[in-house]
Amino acid sequence: MKFLDEYRDPVAAEKLRQMIFRVTTKPWTLMEICGGQSHTIIKYGIDELLPPEISLVHGPGCPVCVTPVELIDRAIGIASRPDVIFCSFGDMLRVPGTKHDLLTVKAAGGDVRVVYSPLDCLRLAENSPDRTVVFFAVGFETTAPANAMAVWQAKRRGLENFAVLVSHVLVPPAMTALLSSPLNRVQGFLAAGHVCAVMGYEEYEPLADKFQIPIVVTGFEPLDLLEGIYQCVCLLEEGRTGVVNQYVRAVRREGNQRARELLSEVFEITDRKWRGIGLIPQSGFRLRSEFAAFDAEQRFPETMVEISEASVCISGQILQGLKKPHECPAFRTQCTPDKPLGATMVSSEGACAAYFHYGRFHRAEQVSLEVISKP
Amino acid sequence: MSERQSFELNCPLPVSRHEKILLGHGSGGRLTADLIQGIFLPAFRNDVLSALEDQATLSISGLHAGSGQRLAFTTDSYVVRPLFFPGGDIGCLSIHGTVNDLAVGGAQPLFLSAAFILEEGLPLKDLERIVASMRAACDESGVMLVTGDTKVVDRGKGDQVFITTSGIGLVPAGRQLSIHSARPGDRVLVSGTIGDHGIAIMSVREGIEFETALESDTASLVSLTQAILKNCPTVRCMRDPTRGGLSSAVNELAAASQVGVKLLESAIPLRREVRAACEMLGLDPLYVANEGKLIAVVPAADAERLLEVMREHPLGRNAAIIGDVVAEHPGLVTMRSPLGGERIVNLLAGEQLPRIC
Repeated sequence: MKFLDEYRDPVAAEKLRQMIFRVTTKPWTLMEICGGQSHTIIKYGIDELLPPEISLVHGPGCPVCVTPVELIDRAIGIASRPDVIFCSFGDMLRVPGTKHDLLTVKAAGGDVRVVYSPLDCLRLAENSPDRTVVFFAVGFETTAPANAMAVWQAKRRGLENFAVLVSHVLVPPAMTALLSSPLNRVQGFLAAGHVCAVMGYEEYEPLADKFQIPIVVTGFEPLDLLEGIYQCVCLLEEGRTGVVNQYVRAVRREGNQRARELLSEVFEITDRKWRGIGLIPQSGFRLRSEFAAFDAEQRFPETMVEISEASVCISGQILQGLKKPHECPAFRTQCTPDKPLGATMVSSEGACAAYFHYGRFHRAEQVSLEVISKP
Repeated sequence: MSERQSFELNCPLPVSRHEKILLGHGSGGRLTADLIQGIFLPAFRNDVLSALEDQATLSISGLHAGSGQRLAFTTDSYVVRPLFFPGGDIGCLSIHGTVNDLAVGGAQPLFLSAAFILEEGLPLKDLERIVASMRAACDESGVMLVTGDTKVVDRGKGDQVFITTSGIGLVPAGRQLSIHSARPGDRVLVSGTIGDHGIAIMSVREGIEFETALESDTASLVSLTQAILKNCPTVRCMRDPTRGGLSSAVNELAAASQVGVKLLESAIPLRREVRAACEMLGLDPLYVANEGKLIAVVPAADAERLLEVMREHPLGRNAAIIGDVVAEHPGLVTMRSPLGGERIVNLLAGEQLPRIC
């Protein structure tokens, strides 16, 4: 398939792999920011192809994983209302709240629907004037423009029965939080290419300066990742810092200007709580007051509850790159995609789910054989 | 004038020809009889069904004690939205699915039953279309529909039409296909491209419609399985990878036979449209449904022969050898990526959910 096969070519991959081997002389720890990148790495076994000196840790870039449990509970509360049609991207439906998930709401009679675009919700709202259509606006900078556009269009069309439950988070503040942590061991970043396609990479330059670290804007196909790793290792070996763009076919330094304008028209920066990590200042979007009429939190002001996570789940440490999924005592035993304890086991972008689905044989052998040998 | 009009006779004769299914069609009375006489009998007419007994009494030639022949029996329910989709409809699907379950077990399918649960308000012309499609699928598969049932539920208590079909077939003496019989050293084949049905259905489902020329692969596997069994009798096992996709079928095989299976990702046939849709929707084609494909396990020595037999058949043109049965990691299916990494292919957890971005 054009525009995909070129980036999955085994011959080119082998060439890049050899280049990485040639350039690597010391141990390096790199973090890929985005869960989509983690999935490609695990799915294609890229981490197995690398020199033993290079360690990849998986970053917090899974929107489903970092959405705080309070907000899931809030979504569940809103979705349970008979006067609401609750729309969401598919993989939010299985994320556990305190007691249950959105799929349970659906089974109990709630009108919960999977959509592919928030703009579909506008049409739904127009066709369902007696009910409020609420969209769960989750994600990083990547999904934010489409969600902003839905709100902007709703205002323009005077759609009163449309609202969004916003849980937007931003990459650079999370990177700052990770790098500022005394536990940090990340020496170089593979920045999320699709986030940068929207936002550009100017905002990463001060980060690279302040923390003296290389940041390579990287795509999502196997060759993108191998090339991103190669460029990052080159910078590290040469002792250089700064931002390099591997994903030139999609990312410009200034990003997508029109999308950024729309974002600043509809959203403003706010503090956000990240599931498994905690509160990060100035790390998310909320609707500007001009668009408050479309804010589901204001329209359905149910009481907020403070919630603590299941104690055995180490998703917070996984999202910070401190541990890997198979180091969790609950991995594959108490915690599976059927019965997830944390969101990282749910989303197709979650590191735990990636390890579960695509884990290589030698890593999972022991556990799998145990499972199989049970009667 | 107006006074006279009000005295005009307005005979309350029941409407005899309805456009839609009414609750009365499930009453067991006149309307039910209309449905049987008007739609079901004309479509499936045969001596056994036409007798309208409470049971079908069948004579199966050759089946008697000591002959070594065995009966195969299966049942399946069909719920699909929309009822009519590119390449098929719930009608032919309900025949193909049940017939295929018999055929991949090495049976010659013979007789079917069909039970319909109809939702009040279903347009009769839709039912007629479904029934005609079932009849064509029966003919294609060489089976007779010999008994049936109809129930009507209140509007809103069903989803237009649910169909349950059960089927009986005959397994010849000496034929023993089993999911338990795969052995290390065997090879695994698939009869064609995977994921066509699931993606075709998804392309017309409300909310995620997208344009594609893709059609469901729903088809009767009777003639393909007969060709395989005739020309490559060493085949150990066949499965039709329907719901749950290729992954489920191969995982069930590995578990039942207590063997490992190593698949080769680049060998698995995949239509461009299916691959594109899966990339776009964030789905894995290994878990997408098929309705006219089979996987077969055969000793390695006969794998090429089986491949040839499959490819000679119209339903097997894109057949491929996709993996090997191994002694290592019994019960586990692994797949080698084009880049050389190897990963585990698990059973699907719950529904495959489209992802965020």
